[in-house]
Amino acid sequence: MITTRALTKRYGAITAVRSVDLDVRDGDRYGLLGPNGSGKTTLVRMLLGLVYATGGEIEVLGRRMPRHAREVLPQIGALIEEPAAYPHLSGRANLTLLDAAGPRVPGGRAVRRTRRQRVDEALEQVGLAGVGRRPVRAYSLGMRQRLGLAAALIRRPRLLILDEPGNGLDPRGIRDLRELLTGLNEAGVTVFLSSHLLAEVEQLCTRVGVLDEGRLVLQDDLAALRAPTGRIVLDTPDADQVAALLDGQVEQRDGQQLLVRHDDAAALNARLVGAGLRVSSIGPQQRTLEEIVLSVTGAGSDQVS
Amino acid sequence: MITVELVKLLRRPRTWISVVLTCALPFVVAVFITVTHLVPPPGQGSAFLSAVLQDGALYPAAALALVLPVFLPVAVAVVAGDSIAGEATGGTLRYLLVRPVGRTRLLVAKLVSVIVYVLLTVLAVTFTAYATGVFLLGPSQAAAVGQSPGGGVAGAGGRAAVGGLAGQAPTAGQAAGGAATSLSGAPLSLLQLTERIAGAIAFITVSMLGVAAIALFLSTITDSALGSALGALAALVASEVLVTLNAATVVQPYLPTRYWLAWIDFFRQPVFWRDIQRGFGIQAVYVVVFLAAAWANFSTKDITA
Repeated sequence: MITTRALTKRYGAITAVRSVDLDVRDGDRYGLLGPNGSGKTTLVRMLLGLVYATGGEIEVLGRRMPRHAREVLPQIGALIEEPAAYPHLSGRANLTLLDAAGPRVPGGRAVRRTRRQRVDEALEQVGLAGVGRRPVRAYSLGMRQRLGLAAALIRRPRLLILDEPGNGLDPRGIRDLRELLTGLNEAGVTVFLSSHLLAEVEQLCTRVGVLDEGRLVLQDDLAALRAPTGRIVLDTPDADQVAALLDGQVEQRDGQQLLVRHDDAAALNARLVGAGLRVSSIGPQQRTLEEIVLSVTGAGSDQVS
Repeated sequence: MITVELVKLLRRPRTWISVVLTCALPFVVAVFITVTHLVPPPGQGSAFLSAVLQDGALYPAAALALVLPVFLPVAVAVVAGDSIAGEATGGTLRYLLVRPVGRTRLLVAKLVSVIVYVLLTVLAVTFTAYATGVFLLGPSQAAAVGQSPGGGVAGAGGRAAVGGLAGQAPTAGQAAGGAATSLSGAPLSLLQLTERIAGAIAFITVSMLGVAAIALFLSTITDSALGSALGALAALVASEVLVTLNAATVVQPYLPTRYWLAWIDFFRQPVFWRDIQRGFGIQAVYVVVFLAAAWANFSTKDITA
């Protein structure tokens, strides 16, 4: 769905994006992670033809960008940093105007005929059906964010490109967003989002890329990244006896918690219980997304190191 | 896209507030004149103003002369200066462009909406000033000569006092059969008068396009709507200063405000076309040059706002 080759963007002496080879496949829920200032927004803007690349190639939905923007962009729903709307108009009027602003497409009359219905549907999807007639000026931050999502959905896109979609949402809003995006993805929409909220990406995405100082330092399926490490984490009040029993296999001990080299938690549990040792919790060790990301990134641009 | 821009223009409170304020200035002037019966002597002050006591129907021309030098260009500079920079600041620009709206189309739509705004304002001033003139200052024709308070002072000869502005000898007593008197003293039929007012409205609208194009160009350079409006106004003030400076005679034919007052020539008999044609010509040059510059800048610009 999205492929870039050696994509580079320089602003004068500053290189914001360095030779990025992005690969987002059909049906992915792709999370682009990275600290502030790592180039996420510049990358997203290049994919959408807002910022022109200094070097490299971009292909979105099988067509070159930005050359084929007229054919590609109508199939994309986008949220770019903060949502934006005309404050004196209602949410509904904003969506209607935005939809009407699109290019003349074949079957344009059909687009116009379904406009009302699509606007209603989008407002419904993001949970704004009841307040669509209020002026945007009176919207809360979370409502504006929902309206921005609705704007991305009115054309029933095949691909969603969302830059920091969780901004300004409360915990319930985040959950609604996750359910909405998962539902759309199951219906065949590819989701590409950027975020610096690891938990959000960990719960939502199937594939992640990590950007650091403009470089794509990691890109893989989340399941592969989080594959068991061949170690078991276990908690036991009888830590000394367990350590004695499993001598040589214990790699690390921290109070009641032990890290054991072993790949079958159930078998290990049975052996310990059989030996009369108590186990509070046991399971395979998985690296958290946080550990994965921190292991490959440096300090963000907002930290002076 | 043009329709969308027009809807945005017409649904924006600012548009109507500025139109009302622009119409309010001639109204206030008319109220003062009605109360005091004081008008500038012929040949001094704002064009046509010396004649309105004798003929209220001339007031639209006087009103246009009042708003043309400052009010109208300020309003145009604000609207045109806001056109791209305002969308950039509000964040809506990036959402329009990924709809996608072609950058060239957006520029053209913005220019068209500025033209519609100018036309709307000029027409509003013309109609409200006609109503003000007829109701406050008294109707034209013979009745005006006999009944209006100023009639006793000047009579039919006073009506031709506008001729002083044109530097020509007043020709008394020719107004009896006509709807109004031309600046040259010859009577104009109602049809002629209507044609000439339409011509003047068209000329004034076109006169504003130079400012509009400069402001639109600046609007693509900066994200500050205020900056681009003030920049365009600075260009105008510079032009107005140079127009009155004898030492700058060489450049005067090329200044955007040089032929601004040529619309008065529509009210001569016969119409004095030379300056009107040059006025149209110079505005066309400014529109072409600055629109091309705006296009060159905007179509290759990275949209980071």
